[in-house]
Amino acid sequence: MNESGKIRAVIVDDEELARRYLRELLAAHLEVEIVAECANGFEAVKAVNDHRPDLLFLDVQMPKLDGFEVLELVGADMAVIFVTAYDTYAMRAFDAHAVDYLLKPFSAKRFEEALGQARARLGRKMPPAAELAAAARPPSQKLDRIVVRDGPRVHVVPVQKLDYVEVQDDYLALRTEGRTLLKQQTITSLEAALDPERFVRIHRSYLVNLDRIAKIEPYSKDSKLAVLKDGAKLPVSRAGYQRLRVLLGEEEAR
Amino acid sequence: MEGSFVRKAGAGYYLAWIPLAGLLVLLLGRAVGWQAAVVVALPSCAVYAFVCRSSRYLCRILPLRRMSGPRIAVTQLLAALLASTLFVLLAGQICVAALGAEAAERVRRQIPLLFIAGVSFYLLAVAFHYILLALEAAQEAETRAAEARVLAREAELGMLKAQVNPHFLFNSLHSISALAGADAGRAREMCILLSDFLRTSLGLGGRTSIPLREELALARNYLAVEQVRFGDRMEVREEIEDGCLDCLLPPLLLQPLVENAVKHGIAMLAEEGDVVLKARAHGHWLAVTIENRFDPEAPARNRTGLGLENVRRRLSARYGDEARLEARASGDRFRAELRLPVERERKH
Repeated sequence: MNESGKIRAVIVDDEELARRYLRELLAAHLEVEIVAECANGFEAVKAVNDHRPDLLFLDVQMPKLDGFEVLELVGADMAVIFVTAYDTYAMRAFDAHAVDYLLKPFSAKRFEEALGQARARLGRKMPPAAELAAAARPPSQKLDRIVVRDGPRVHVVPVQKLDYVEVQDDYLALRTEGRTLLKQQTITSLEAALDPERFVRIHRSYLVNLDRIAKIEPYSKDSKLAVLKDGAKLPVSRAGYQRLRVLLGEEEAR
Repeated sequence: MEGSFVRKAGAGYYLAWIPLAGLLVLLLGRAVGWQAAVVVALPSCAVYAFVCRSSRYLCRILPLRRMSGPRIAVTQLLAALLASTLFVLLAGQICVAALGAEAAERVRRQIPLLFIAGVSFYLLAVAFHYILLALEAAQEAETRAAEARVLAREAELGMLKAQVNPHFLFNSLHSISALAGADAGRAREMCILLSDFLRTSLGLGGRTSIPLREELALARNYLAVEQVRFGDRMEVREEIEDGCLDCLLPPLLLQPLVENAVKHGIAMLAEEGDVVLKARAHGHWLAVTIENRFDPEAPARNRTGLGLENVRRRLSARYGDEARLEARASGDRFRAELRLPVERERKH
């Protein structure tokens, strides 16, 4: 809330009619001020960055970035009301994490309820976006890209371009195409979202793309080194080595 | 073809008795004289043919696959003995009625031969009827399998019909609800477009072929609904040769391709995009193309390929190898091309 005591809201939906409907419904709420309207994920990230709103109406399916990716990139310190037409998994995830949402088409009454609940939650933190996104993904579907914000810039990294991930304090260092991107997430939650056939936790602090491993070298009695195709050397713990052997087949790993 | 075969075989049963009667005449003739043999064998075989024909009822009650072998053998053998006894009595009656005492006596001495012939003929009839039953069963199984295929296809079509994309439906309803406040006229217009689309697509599914003209009308109807949702974000163009409008194709074949163009193309583009419908006939090929702009960087997560797979399955069910669907992305263009043999509407 700003000095005037108004709730500052941002509307994110790629459909002009859907934005117009929200605008109409909000017109009756003088205490809510619409500070920006966005038609895609990139615009949404920028608008939230610029305006730091209290309340975000967030469409799930949009061009560029989906609603979950937007939430992941903008942080969690605002009230969010997700808006979606039809997505059973997302609805289940919203219910499980007590996140407010509206199903298109929604009535003015339903809108008032969701707005009331969101207002009660103003200033409280949203559940971690990565967890919410993971819960909203169909079980058979694995993470296909990772979004990272780097100041004002948004990077979208397709998982096949990810070489490896290293834990650095509270951050993950994602190594991709010769550069390193930092993202605030736990390695366990990223590991759970990625395809376990392609990404292996070779060490407490390292997650590696199986395709990038050139060879495994002995290092000490209990540990080995994974040499990647670009020459990088990563530590492999005993448990990590076991996992590698299972994935690569006994012969190859020996 | 097999049906008429089974029916002909039933009629052929009686024809088969002519050589059997001939055989009996040959066997009897040497001992009783040709004339007497003919007089006894022909009428008794004619009557006996009908007696043995009744063995088909016994064959039906004693199906080979479900009853034990010995039980069938014993029952049929008893029936054969009984029938053959009748046969011998019949021949005896004919002898008394038609032959002199001397000839009748000669025939009477051939009773064992007559009896063995009677049993053999009966058993032949039994074998014949079992074979006939097996053919009937095979034919029935074939018919059932064909029916099952038709039912499966109908069910699949039903499923495809029910596959009206829920996203499309709910988003359209949301657009109507959004328009209802400030622009009631357009809301009503969109209601009607949406209803027309749903009614037409439900009606088309029951037909086996429709002219391209109707399929295109449905696609235009669908795109008109989406145009309200997407406004300036979507431009629709058409390059349709008049000559192919009356070409026939299975209903709702283009629809999934058009829906894909919107769902994976327009809906995922932050900028404006287009959907282009093309159709032309050259030689005996009809080529229908749906082309759209798309965002190559959009995640492939929703592109399951299920829609394309369905179209391919329906093509191969209908045309075998004669038709194909090619789908290809190059740069920011996606292109799905259908090629099918030209079939035209019959003019009345």
